Amino acid sequence: MIDTSYIGTSLPSFEVMVERGRLALFAKAIGQDDPLYSDLATARGAGHPDLPVPPTFLFCLEMDAPDPAALRKLLSIDIARVLHGEQHFRYHRQAHAGDRLRFEPVIADIHAKKGGALEFVVRDTRVTNQHGQAVADLRCVTVVRNPQGGDS
Amino acid sequence: MNGMAIDDVLPELSVGPVSRLDLALYCGASGDHNPIHVDIDFARAAGMEDVFAHGMLSMAYLGRVLTNWVPQSWIETYSVRFSSITPVGARLRCVGRVSAIEQLGESCRVTLALSVRDQGEALKIKGEATVRVPADGITNRGNNNGKA
Repeated sequence: MIDTSYIGTSLPSFEVMVERGRLALFAKAIGQDDPLYSDLATARGAGHPDLPVPPTFLFCLEMDAPDPAALRKLLSIDIARVLHGEQHFRYHRQAHAGDRLRFEPVIADIHAKKGGALEFVVRDTRVTNQHGQAVADLRCVTVVRNPQGGDS
Repeated sequence: MNGMAIDDVLPELSVGPVSRLDLALYCGASGDHNPIHVDIDFARAAGMEDVFAHGMLSMAYLGRVLTNWVPQSWIETYSVRFSSITPVGARLRCVGRVSAIEQLGESCRVTLALSVRDQGEALKIKGEATVRVPADGITNRGNNNGKA
């Protein structure tokens, strides 16, 4: 079982630059055909200072942490047993290419279901920009499958 | 009420079949390098028959339904629960429906029920979003969103 004493533990915070080329590649990867998300002139014509960060991309930037496996290592979780259970975003301010975003993750909860066959790790992450303004709050629920269940 | 009503349906988005190239591109673009989505040897060793799509790829597809409908700055919250894995070859239908409208002075908050299902109607994602619609409403979105 995952040690629930880690509830409330902060993971290392980090800063990430939002890169224009990366946003354009992400737009391609998700089949985004609206040029607002890949063409600078279109974005500026719509009143944006640069390419806007699309709704789910903040989760991707969070994976750009210096050690993206920090949570799994801390809790001794095998990546092969991990599933993404839920993802939540609350948006406060639009982020754009050129922004430097700060991510502050915290382990918000750890709990088990089905007699320990499934364990849930809830990570909450506050995202702010280079001006200290709130950009978004993320919640990621990771499901850990324990084939033997119980005390594995 | 800003030209919206409960049970209004958002223009749906169909994608797929999801290819291995789609998963490779998403792996690189998203920064999610979990090998279970791109390395069949790793997936099999982990007890899966094959690689399968990132849940966040489907959430990104579903997010396009939102940003096709309103300017992104109107979106207040966007949440999903991943119900089942999406195999290579799946065809996905991303849909949204207005489930609640709350008047807030001149503007209103619209709650959307969202889902992604495959060609066999199996639920992949169930989601919800809230959108703050300003007083001048959805009819002006083209001006804000850079599209017709």
